[in-house]
Amino acid sequence: MSLLEIKNLTAKLADEDKQILNGLNLTVEKGQVAAIMGPNGSGKSTLSYVLAGREDYDVTDGEALLDGENILELAPDERAAKGLFLAFQYPIEIPGVGQMTFLKAAINAQRKKNGLGEISTPEFIKLVNGKAKELGISQDMLRRSVNVGFSGGEKKRNEILQMSLLAPKLAILDETDSGLDIDALKIVADGVNAMRSPDRAFVVITHYQRLLDYIRPDVVHVMAGGQIVKSGGPELALELEANGYADIVGKAA
Amino acid sequence: MPAVQETVEQVRSIDVDQYKYGFTTDVEMELAPKGLSEDIVRYISAKKGEPEWMLEWRLDAYRRWLTLREPEWARVHYPKIDFQDLYYYAAPKSNPAPKSLDEIDPAILETYKKLGIPLREQEVLAGVAPENRIAVDAVFDSVSVATTFKDELAKAGVIFCSISEALREHPELVKQYIGSVVPTTDNFYATLNSAVFSDGSFVYVPPGVRCPMELSTYFRINEKNTGQFERTLIIADKGSYVSYLEGCTAPMRDENQLHAAVVELVALEDAEIKYSTVQNWYPGDSEGRGGIYNFVTKRGDCRGARSKISWTQVETGSAITWKYPSCILRGDDSQGEFYSIAVSNGAQQVDSGTKMIHLGKNTRSRIISKGISAGKSQNTYRGLVSAHRRATNAKNFTNCDSLLIGNKCGAHTVPYIESKTASAVFEHEATTSKVSEDQMFYCMQRGLTQEEAIALIVNGFVKDVLQQLPMEFMVEAQKLIAISLEGSVG
Ligand SMILES: Nc1ncnc2c1ncn2[C@@H]1O[C@H](COP(=O)(O)OP(=O)(O)OP(=O)(O)O)[C@@H](O)[C@H]1O
Ligand SMILES: [Mg+2]
Repeated sequence: MSLLEIKNLTAKLADEDKQILNGLNLTVEKGQVAAIMGPNGSGKSTLSYVLAGREDYDVTDGEALLDGENILELAPDERAAKGLFLAFQYPIEIPGVGQMTFLKAAINAQRKKNGLGEISTPEFIKLVNGKAKELGISQDMLRRSVNVGFSGGEKKRNEILQMSLLAPKLAILDETDSGLDIDALKIVADGVNAMRSPDRAFVVITHYQRLLDYIRPDVVHVMAGGQIVKSGGPELALELEANGYADIVGKAA
Repeated sequence: MPAVQETVEQVRSIDVDQYKYGFTTDVEMELAPKGLSEDIVRYISAKKGEPEWMLEWRLDAYRRWLTLREPEWARVHYPKIDFQDLYYYAAPKSNPAPKSLDEIDPAILETYKKLGIPLREQEVLAGVAPENRIAVDAVFDSVSVATTFKDELAKAGVIFCSISEALREHPELVKQYIGSVVPTTDNFYATLNSAVFSDGSFVYVPPGVRCPMELSTYFRINEKNTGQFERTLIIADKGSYVSYLEGCTAPMRDENQLHAAVVELVALEDAEIKYSTVQNWYPGDSEGRGGIYNFVTKRGDCRGARSKISWTQVETGSAITWKYPSCILRGDDSQGEFYSIAVSNGAQQVDSGTKMIHLGKNTRSRIISKGISAGKSQNTYRGLVSAHRRATNAKNFTNCDSLLIGNKCGAHTVPYIESKTASAVFEHEATTSKVSEDQMFYCMQRGLTQEEAIALIVNGFVKDVLQQLPMEFMVEAQKLIAISLEGSVG
C-alpha cells in the first residue's frame, strides 16, 4: 500500500468561490522523497494545508488516503497523531508560550492519542537537547517563546526540530529551504536525511535544485494550476532549473 | 508541561456544564426579613452581638446610603436592582457561631470538602510541610463558620478570625482601622456594605512578624435571593509581612445575586501585604441568565514609609464584575502593585482595573493587566494613576494587554492619568491581540486539540501574572482559566 494516495482532490477557498486544487492526483510511496515544484500560486501550499486540515479550504471532491485511510474528515490534530507533519512555509509565532512547553505539549498530545503515556521530563529534555544540538539550535532559542523573535532561518530550523521530535510517517516540507543560509541548508538536509527510513516519506516543496542536491528526491512532480502536470526522476528538477516552467505549463494549459 | 496537561484533563472532564461549583447545600437557614431598613441594620448588628458604636456606625452609613444613587459610569448593563427584594442576612440555623468544627452542620463541612477546602486541620496537615500550610476562614452566606490554625497563628501573635469575632474580641483594633481606608461615604456599594456587612475576615500581624503561613478566606454564597456583604480588614503592623488569598464560588441560580464587598488593607512602616483573589462566582449561563453581580470596593493604604501592597487577581466568574483594587501610596518610598487576569466568556461583563494614588515621595507602582474576552462578553480595563504635588519622583509602569477569542466579544481600555508633579514618570503600554486561526492551526497541526491549543495560547498570554500568585494557586488558577474558556471557540 502507498503511504499517501491522493485521488482527484478538488478544493476551493471556504469564503470565496475560488477553486485552487483542480482534481489533483498524487501517490507517495513509503520510503520515498518526493519533490514538488511549480510556479508561484500553483497551489503547492494549498495542497499541504488541505492535507493537514486547515479550515480555510473546502474539499469539494476527491480523497486523500494516508496508509489507506481517508484523512479528509479528520480534525488537524487527529491527522497529526496519525503521523502527518507539515513544516510551514511561514511558521507561526506564539508569544508567551515557551518552546519547551510547546514541544512537550505536542509530543504528549500525540502520545496520548496513540494510547501512550506521557514522556518523562528527563527523557524529554535529553531528546530535545540531542536533536537541538544536531540542528544547531541554541539553548537560548529553546528558552524563548515559540518562533518569537526568530530569524527566518531559525524558524525553519525550528520546524525541522519539531519534525525530528514528532517523528512523523509523512512529512511535508513547504519551502523549508527558503531563507536558509548555505550552512543551515546542509544542517537541515542532514536532519532530513538522517530520518529517511523505509516506512517514512517526505514531500519536499521547493523552488530550487539546491535543496535537492542535498536531499536527493526519488521522484519530482511538477504542479501547475492546481494539478500535478508532470512527474519524473531527479533529472526533471535539473531540466526545470535550466528551462523554467514555460514548456511544461504551457503544454498542460 | 504538567499544568497544561492538567488543565486539559480538567477541561475534558467537564461536559455541558462548565461550572462545577454550582451545587447547592441543603441546610436550614435563618434569614432576616426581606428588605432593607434601620430595623434590619439593627437586626444584623444584634445577631452579631456588636458593640453600640458599631451599630451607630452602620446606621450612619445606612442613612447616608439612602441619599446616594447607583453609579452608572461603568461599561456594564443590567436591570435595576430592587434592594428591597433581597435578604441581607442568612446564617445556618443549627449553630450560627460554632465554637469548634464538631458544632458545624456536617452538610456545610461537606460543602467545603467538595470545593476542595478541608476545614479539619488534621486533613490539611496530612502530608503538607508546615511552610505550605494554609489557614482558612470559611464564610458561608452571612457568617464565618470556621477558621483554621487560629491557635498556631496566635503563637506568632497573628490574629486571624472573622470580623464578627474581631468586633467582640478586639474591638479597639477594629474601631481604629475600619473605615479608615474605605470611608463609609466612599461610594454607593461601599456605603451599603458599611450598613449591612455580614462577615469577612480580620487579620492583624504585629510589628516585625512574618506571618508563618498563607492565610485565606473562602466565600460561599448558598442561599438564594441573598446578598453577600463581605467585609475584610487586614492590618500589617510595622515591619510585618502577610500573604492572603480569597476564593469565591456560588450555586447556579437563574436569578442574579448581589455580592458587594469591602476590603481594607493597612500597611504600616516597612510592612508588606500580598493579597490574591481567585474569583469564581457563578457567571450565569451563556445567555446571561443568572450569575453574581460582583460590585466590590477594595483598597489598600500604604500608610507607612517603605510599605508595600500587592494585589493579584484572577477573575473568571460573576455575571458582572465592577472592581478596582487600589493602592493609596501615602508613605514615602511605598510601593503598590496590581496584577490582574480577567477572563470573560458567554455574556459576562467585566469592568475592572485599579487606582494607584501617589501621595508620598519616591512612590512606585506597577500595573500588569491581562484581559481575555471570549463569547459575547465585554471586558474593560479602567485604571487611574495619579500623583499628588508632594509625590516627587513618583513612578508608574502600566501594561494592559487584551486578548480576544472569536469576534463577538469586546475589549476596552480606559486609562486615566493625572500628575501634579513634573518629576513623576508614568509609562503606559497597551496591546490588543487575537488568538489567531494561524496559531490554532499551527498548534493543532502539532497534535494539540482545540481546547489544548486555546489553553496553551492563553496560558502564554497570562504567564507574567500567574507567576505572581502563591505557588499552590498557580495551577488552580490555570485550570480555572481553561475551564472558563471552555466552548469559547468552534
Ligand atoms: N486563504 C487564501 N485566500 C485567498 N487566496 C488564496 C488563499 N490561499 C491560497 N490562495 C490563492 O491560491 C493560489 C495558490 O496559492 P498557494 O499558496 O497554494 O501557492 P503556492 O504554489 O504555494 O505558491 P508559492 O510558490 O508562491 O508559495 C494563489 O493564487 C493564492 O493567492
Ligand atoms: Mg507556497
